[in-house]
Amino acid sequence: MESTVLQFFQWFWNLFGLWDALWALVEPVWPLIWVLMKIVAIIVPLMLTVAYLTLAERKVIGYMQVRIGPNRVGPMGLLQPIADGMKLFFKEVLVPSGANKSLFLFGPILAIAPALAAWAVVPFFDGGALANIDAGLLYILAMTSMGIYGIIIAGWASNSKYPFLGAMRSSAQMVSYEIAMGLALICVLMVSNSLNLTEIVRAQDRGWFADHGVGFLSWNWLPLLPMFFVYFISGVAETGRAPFDVIEGESEIVAGHMVEYSGMAFAMFFLAEYANMILVATLTSTLFLGGWLSPVGFLPDGFFWLALKISFFLLIYLWIRATFPRYRYDQIMRLGWKVFIPLTLVWIAFIGTWMVSPWNVFK
Amino acid sequence: MEFKNALFYILSAILVIAALRVVTARNPVHAVLFLVLAFFNASGLWLLLQAEFLAIALIVVYVGAVMVLFLFVVMMLDINLERLRQGFWNNLWLGGPIAVLMVVEMVAVLSVRSFGIEAMPAPPASAAGYSNTKELGVAIYTEYVYPFELASVILLVALIAAVALNLRQRKDTKQMNPADQIAVKRKDRVRIVSMPAEKE
Repeated sequence: MESTVLQFFQWFWNLFGLWDALWALVEPVWPLIWVLMKIVAIIVPLMLTVAYLTLAERKVIGYMQVRIGPNRVGPMGLLQPIADGMKLFFKEVLVPSGANKSLFLFGPILAIAPALAAWAVVPFFDGGALANIDAGLLYILAMTSMGIYGIIIAGWASNSKYPFLGAMRSSAQMVSYEIAMGLALICVLMVSNSLNLTEIVRAQDRGWFADHGVGFLSWNWLPLLPMFFVYFISGVAETGRAPFDVIEGESEIVAGHMVEYSGMAFAMFFLAEYANMILVATLTSTLFLGGWLSPVGFLPDGFFWLALKISFFLLIYLWIRATFPRYRYDQIMRLGWKVFIPLTLVWIAFIGTWMVSPWNVFK
Repeated sequence: MEFKNALFYILSAILVIAALRVVTARNPVHAVLFLVLAFFNASGLWLLLQAEFLAIALIVVYVGAVMVLFLFVVMMLDINLERLRQGFWNNLWLGGPIAVLMVVEMVAVLSVRSFGIEAMPAPPASAAGYSNTKELGVAIYTEYVYPFELASVILLVALIAAVALNLRQRKDTKQMNPADQIAVKRKDRVRIVSMPAEKE
């Protein structure tokens, strides 16, 4: 792909006869420019998806509750996210006088940076990852576990009661569900024999079912069915979405860590939350539903399938928000520690036994 | 190579400054955050040494879990700096020599031949398909399996001890059984009676 882009630039600048002079200038830093171009190619569509996910959320929940949802800005309300973005962009960022100013402004940055950095290792199609590193799964775990600092720092630096309560709740909840999430991922890496996300997807393309044209049965979701549910539900809890949204819990603590924030600083938390939702949907598709692989043998693989699977999980995110009431706090803790963690431990032992038995199908 | 060297110096400089700020910061929350920064840069240095598993495990375990709980506790403490500093001059006669001793020991260990740049050559380039994580796993579960299991058992004992020490049952708390709560059916809570309309 790199050579195609280079050829295009060569053709374009040769129209003005500037290519040779320009290339002499650019060549030493070309790898850097190429990586930056790839980053932009990931971040810009991601941010657009975030913007339109907010619209989709309001529309889908609206239809589920027999309402219309936003329909005033642009045709069918399609320009609503743009209008919301403009509004937030031009609002003043207020800093409370009792707040710790530097940390107050640092909090949102720390929330959004890991949410974007985690995308570096996600493969969008075969070989289509920004960095195809060996420890990709570990890197994702590390980055998602960093996101909590933004919330804790924001809650503490606001120097206000509700944000602080929100920060306390979120740190307890995230640390609990991270364990279940990590143990579910151990099952995935056991059957894939790799930490590299591209390899994990390729490993799902092997087996009796994949050879007989029904590849979707050889994906990880079938042998790891309980882990599939544990991972996705933990993902919902990690992103602090309904029904696990006690972090924000608007009827109890207004908006948790975001109470004192306004304008762009508030929007950063919003962007981070939605980027994390899309990340969890992408990872669930990649780890359990075969990423870019096509479900049946006669259709070609490609990014289209990944996008379809991501959209499905995002719809489920919205669906459960419209369906379930909020969990009580002790029930959240019970689900994490007393249900998910024992279940994952049992399933790790089960998968381990299965893999050393003669009926091992993961080869 | 040049870029790697520059990266090393940048990461080390930030690491040293962050570590200094951990002990000099007035606000304990700032100190914890500087410690997080120090861990982060140490992990970057390990990545430069091609120890990617250890580097990322450092972030997952220390930055992602341990320091979060640390921060959690420190934020709730009401620390009075004046009170903390009261014993400074009284304890200096003990603390000072210990600090000097530690510096001397570090210098003695790190400056000997066995730690010099000749004794520690750059690792040979790894073959294609070499997985750092796999090598570590093989070493832990074959050669070092007994120390590893011993360490796990000690950690488990510590974990249970911590729980046992903190588990004080109060007599007057009202406990609920979540399983009973979930198993509740409508007919346990609501009784529907059919009642003819009455005239006044």
